[in-house]
Amino acid sequence: MKVSKSIYLFFIPGAILYAIFFLYPALSAFYYSVTNWDGISPSYAFVGFENYVRAFTGDSIFMKAIGNNLKFLLFVVVFQTIVALVFAMILRKNSKINVFWRALFFFPTILSSVSVAFVWSFIYDPNLGLLNAGLEAVGLGQLQQGWLGDESAAIFALAFTQVWFHAGQMLIIFVAGLHAIPNDLYEVANIEGATRWQTFRKVTWPLLAPSATIVIAYTTIQSFKAFDLVFAMTRGGPNYSTEIIATYIYEVGFRSYSFGYASAISVIFMAIIALITFLQFKALRSGRVNY
Amino acid sequence: MVKKGALLLYGFLIIIPMLMVILTSMKTLQQTFDNPLGIPASGLQFSNYIDIFIEQTMVGYFANSVIVTLCSVFFALLFASMIAFGISRIHGWVGGVLFAVFSLGMIVPAQVIMVPLYSLVLQLELTDSLFGLIIVNVAVTMPIAIFILTGFMKTLPKELFEASMIDGAGNWKIFTKMVVPMSLPSMSATAIFLFVINWNDLLYPLLFITDNAYKTLPLALLDFQGQYATNYPMLFTGVIISSLPMVLVYIFLQRYFVAGMMAGAVKG
Repeated sequence: MKVSKSIYLFFIPGAILYAIFFLYPALSAFYYSVTNWDGISPSYAFVGFENYVRAFTGDSIFMKAIGNNLKFLLFVVVFQTIVALVFAMILRKNSKINVFWRALFFFPTILSSVSVAFVWSFIYDPNLGLLNAGLEAVGLGQLQQGWLGDESAAIFALAFTQVWFHAGQMLIIFVAGLHAIPNDLYEVANIEGATRWQTFRKVTWPLLAPSATIVIAYTTIQSFKAFDLVFAMTRGGPNYSTEIIATYIYEVGFRSYSFGYASAISVIFMAIIALITFLQFKALRSGRVNY
Repeated sequence: MVKKGALLLYGFLIIIPMLMVILTSMKTLQQTFDNPLGIPASGLQFSNYIDIFIEQTMVGYFANSVIVTLCSVFFALLFASMIAFGISRIHGWVGGVLFAVFSLGMIVPAQVIMVPLYSLVLQLELTDSLFGLIIVNVAVTMPIAIFILTGFMKTLPKELFEASMIDGAGNWKIFTKMVVPMSLPSMSATAIFLFVINWNDLLYPLLFITDNAYKTLPLALLDFQGQYATNYPMLFTGVIISSLPMVLVYIFLQRYFVAGMMAGAVKG
């Protein structure tokens, strides 16, 4: 049956807002990226690819930010996926007590990143914090340090906080994925005398690939967006050791008023995300099986 | 045995920070320095909760957050459900292209467009206004809502719509009288998802708001950090006040939160 043309009227309010406040800024990022605009003065000049050249050859902080971002991403993806998967398997059954545990583990997800940032800043505090006190209590006092003030530890302290913040959400996705695996496959594996590890390798993991794809892709996007957490906990410091691409765009755009250069970094950022997302989907799709 | 131990360990990892926040909010700064983790011999008190309302315009921040969140969720849901209905009704490649265009907004992180978006909002003179925050929130959260709702609306039985069209119902009537009521489960899950995003959002207030009169809770909290430096009792009092509505709603509607966040996450 033909749908009347009036259906297009349904798009009008949303599409106008979307075009003005998303599509237009996204496209103008490309335009600003080839100018030297400072964001304030009415006049600015076209500078070609100068901003891009500067990003890749003359800006060690940007390179550091990319490196930090990858460190953060890798830690969060690996750690968060393992934690979420292990607890999803433990809490797979829909018993009352398991539903309670899942609700508890999910809880941090509903908090604001600023709140989470404060809580963990306190835990990491060198003098007042729980972490150093805990290390002292179990006799690991020599590991004590100012976690967010230490250049080599800070990015991992942030990544750990990110895992605490979002692992519960990924756990729930895995539980849903586990529920979709037909029970008879486990029965067959059981009859065949497969070990637990073999069952996991041959049944659970391959059939969980769709959920794993979602978890890993979502975790990646969240890690790139970790702006709020980093901004509230360290502002990118000490000495740029926790500067990630998102905080660096803010720094360049709103602290040093180089809108043109910040736009060029934004465009590069967009390209990096597109590439990583594409590679992940390709890699994980090829690993899928059908039984 | 190992499983139980792992569960308890993870459980403590979540519960202990929460207890610590509550406890610290009921101490004075001096008590925190003397005894950062325990209960002070001199006793706990509620004066931070009173002080924060006196020294800060807490009621104002709270009201701003409520207004911005409710309006943003309402309009994003309204516009997104209209678009999702449109996409689910348009067959062939046109619907596909429209869907792809709106999906873009879901993949591109907000930080990528923050610089040009800021200058646009500045030119439109929408800085320091709740209205400005609301329309930006609506525009940027619509894509995820469109994604979830389109998926749901595509599963609705087409025969029903066709029958009502033969009876002379227009698209608007089909939308309001049939699609919206039938989509309520999916819409409420989406609403909760958007509610969490908007209530907790820091980036747009940080970019667009400098006047205290228009600040929302997350931005106000960030300001406290500058103002109170390492005054954790005061900071945590702010954390509790700003999280309380969300926590209370979560306790009662926990199932729907999980459903909403799931719908938001599962977009692969």
